[in-house]
Amino acid sequence: MDFKQARWNEPLIFERSHRGKVGHLPPQPDPEEARIAGDPDSIIPKNMLREKNLSLPEVSEVEVVRHYTRLSQENYGVDLGIYPLGSCTMKYTPKVCEAVVASSKIQDLHPYEDESLTQGILEVLYKLERYLAEITGMDKFSLQSSAGAHGELVGALIMRAYHKSKGQLERRTEMIIPDSAHGTNPASATMAGFKVVIVPSDKEGCVDIEALKAAVGEQTAGLMLTNPNTIGVFEKNILEISRIIHSAGGLLYYDGANLNAILGKTRPGDMGFDIVHVNIHKTFATPHGGGGPGAGPIGVVEKLADFLPVPTLEFDGAQYRLNYNKPLSIGKVRGFYGNINVMLKAYAYILSMGAEGLEEVAELSVLNANYLARGILKAKGYDLPYSPEKPRKHEFVISASRLNKETGVRALNISKRLIDHGVHAPTMYFPLIVEEALMVEPTETESKEDLDNFINAMTRISEEAYENPKAVLEAPQNTTVARVDDVKASHPKSMCLAWRIKH
Amino acid sequence: MTKPHPYLPTGVEEIRREMMKEIGIDDIDELFKDIPSEVRLKRSLQIPGPSPELEVRQNVAKTLEKNTSSADIPVFLGAGVWPHYVPTVVEEIVRRAEFLTSYTPYQPEASQGMLQALFEYQSMICALTEMEFANCSLYDWASALGEAARMASRVTGRNEVIVPHYLHPERLATLRAYSEPAGIEIIEAQQDAETGQIIIEDLETKLSSRTAGVYIENPSYLGYVETEVEAIGDVAHRNGALFIVGVDPISLGIMKPPGEYGADIVVGEGQPLGNRMNFGGPLLGIFTCRGERLLRQMPGRIIGMTTTVDGSQRAYCMVLQTREQHIRREKATSNICSNEALCAVNAAVYLALLGPKGLNDLCKTILTKSQYAIKRLSEIKALRTPVFNAPHFKEFTVNFERSGKTVQEIHQHLLKRKIHGGKIVSHEFPELKETALYCVTEIHSRRDIDMLAESLAEILEG
Repeated sequence: MDFKQARWNEPLIFERSHRGKVGHLPPQPDPEEARIAGDPDSIIPKNMLREKNLSLPEVSEVEVVRHYTRLSQENYGVDLGIYPLGSCTMKYTPKVCEAVVASSKIQDLHPYEDESLTQGILEVLYKLERYLAEITGMDKFSLQSSAGAHGELVGALIMRAYHKSKGQLERRTEMIIPDSAHGTNPASATMAGFKVVIVPSDKEGCVDIEALKAAVGEQTAGLMLTNPNTIGVFEKNILEISRIIHSAGGLLYYDGANLNAILGKTRPGDMGFDIVHVNIHKTFATPHGGGGPGAGPIGVVEKLADFLPVPTLEFDGAQYRLNYNKPLSIGKVRGFYGNINVMLKAYAYILSMGAEGLEEVAELSVLNANYLARGILKAKGYDLPYSPEKPRKHEFVISASRLNKETGVRALNISKRLIDHGVHAPTMYFPLIVEEALMVEPTETESKEDLDNFINAMTRISEEAYENPKAVLEAPQNTTVARVDDVKASHPKSMCLAWRIKH
Repeated sequence: MTKPHPYLPTGVEEIRREMMKEIGIDDIDELFKDIPSEVRLKRSLQIPGPSPELEVRQNVAKTLEKNTSSADIPVFLGAGVWPHYVPTVVEEIVRRAEFLTSYTPYQPEASQGMLQALFEYQSMICALTEMEFANCSLYDWASALGEAARMASRVTGRNEVIVPHYLHPERLATLRAYSEPAGIEIIEAQQDAETGQIIIEDLETKLSSRTAGVYIENPSYLGYVETEVEAIGDVAHRNGALFIVGVDPISLGIMKPPGEYGADIVVGEGQPLGNRMNFGGPLLGIFTCRGERLLRQMPGRIIGMTTTVDGSQRAYCMVLQTREQHIRREKATSNICSNEALCAVNAAVYLALLGPKGLNDLCKTILTKSQYAIKRLSEIKALRTPVFNAPHFKEFTVNFERSGKTVQEIHQHLLKRKIHGGKIVSHEFPELKETALYCVTEIHSRRDIDMLAESLAEILEG
């Protein structure tokens, strides 16, 4: 496969600006409205009117369309090829999900409309909550949190509210987090006011049980864990972990970033977790939009349901309604009810897959990952640290440390060179417990041909590294731009974070 | 599955067998045998499907048909999510699969398009607010306010934030949830019962060496313009506090930008900039600040312009990542990771289309239409609008006390006539009694407004 990304050398939209051009004509009021309303310029007092020119570009519609269409061509997405970022679950996002949200019945629906007018969307959201509860083994869900990390914050705030309700918040100040955890876990726990206690991984890459026992005590608020963990291994001691945390009076939080691997096979609720967030934009196939919007709904066991954000969604057998009457609730973490159109896409995806399909998602995501790992490891210089003999789940972490020592080529260089081959780079330098880490998650939606292409690319890069490292070190060449100077970008002397039109 | 699923290319039996053979297993279950049997799910999930695409579309469409949207009847709701026209080009662009199906631009060389679009977004938001730095989105206005309070506390080392009495209850609830774990106390500043304006003397008594920030909104939650903004900013600064301003960005096509009256942090709701209402989400949290000291404490992703390593080409990438969770973990300025990047692209395309003249014209249309609505409704003696004697932008309060009917009754009467009235705010601010917050924008036709006025006249005086 040949990959050459578009190179338009497209200027900024500001640089296309020419005084007097317009890209869109807003509607004018009708003459009667204007007559009765009077001069709009006299409504806002003088001291509150804008004086300086507004430095927005002045461009025609066709120029706007070409500009942003060209920019889109300078961007790589799942619809162009494999995007194997580990822990990001960049699966194909079905087009039918985009079609169902392109309806005025949702796009033009105001969140404060009378409940009698919004029963349709409330029904979808309620059913989605029930499906998520079934998939995760939780009792009650809130769809409010807008991203995985936002869900983590809600979960940590729920722990806070729970311990407070028991009169134990004063002493339960610590959140335990494994050293292999996603960076959002410690950041979210800190935002919720907890001190982060790190527990190390054992030689198999799982939570070190002895270290966990030593870290746990009456100061423990809870543990945040993803399972399978970030090296792609299932925490087989999960019941023991659950027992240790619960017997100390703590709660168990499930980071749902890696849920894809276990759909229909096991459920966080059955493993003993009390709180779960689901990354809708990962597991449930909604597009990530270059950074968002995603969604991170929160599920909890019954004893924590009173602490969920308001409003929760209730159904009395006839009517769906929003319930704000929850005195123990943590309150709100954003306006309204969540990223609703993302939920609607996930609902369509779940219907498309069904129970049988979701279980097959887990099976094929794991099969694809293991097939890919096996193929890549045949090439020289790559290793699979931590129990290499064990099958991985949906993702695996390759260490390029040996290749680096023998050739000078780093995980970063491999990543850039992969892009030249039309394969998006894996997650680099994470988890932190692996040197020169490349964290790979192919997902279930990649074909064997695309996986083979990835294996071939990794093999060729290994050969290049040993024979002609220059090609690897100078990558990428086939992208819109060559290696970007990120040091200059963040340096106080050269940093440029906004463009201003000079008048 | 009995039949291969269209989204699962390796589900074909022959291919699956071949791959299993390659990794040395006979049964797919061998890949799951490390899951202890006590936690294995020994039944099928109880969820419907799989359904063919046609049925999925029919099913969802049929359910959504039960909704009545603002495209079906006139709806006069705003209060944080507003009906504005979204030009055709905006939705055409953000449907481009290369934007839609990309991840956070961790590999800048392959993501220049998204990075440049987000850099343009930041630049346009800086222009609108007249601020120095913008991030490329937070979740929404409410969470942006929560982040602003935490940032003000980090920057000043203080732990009180003063907010207006007439604050959206959802923003207040969010602010409290974000603030409480950081030990930040929320203090309410009084507003004048007649004009709604912040009472500066009262604000001065509440300011102290504990005040991290003073927050105001313009236009306010209840739709009127806060006019003594420079004085408020001065009082805040004299006490060493940051001045934080919340905005509806559409209004900045005509109103003075907060950067010109001393704001240190500006937050706001970017939804009106080219994003549909979607029952309240996704939204677009605007966040800007000024000065290097504040920049280092700003939450969220920031895109910068740079060059390639060889210096030959302009290029873009994420900057100052040492503020962020994936590098700093528990020491990060925020936990935010996924944001609302695509909604920010909507905003960039929207602002590029309208330009300075278009946005100013739009503001004038909104002002004219909302003023027309206020004047038409004012002809009805049994109501009072606006409640506050102050200039209003696109929202205004209507008080029905004189009519002898409750605002809830009136709402039900309007619904019967296929009109959705404003948001009832009586329970939020009991002193306002039977009051609703109405919103009029460019999407409301004169006929919609006349119908509202005529219906209210009949209901109240009929």
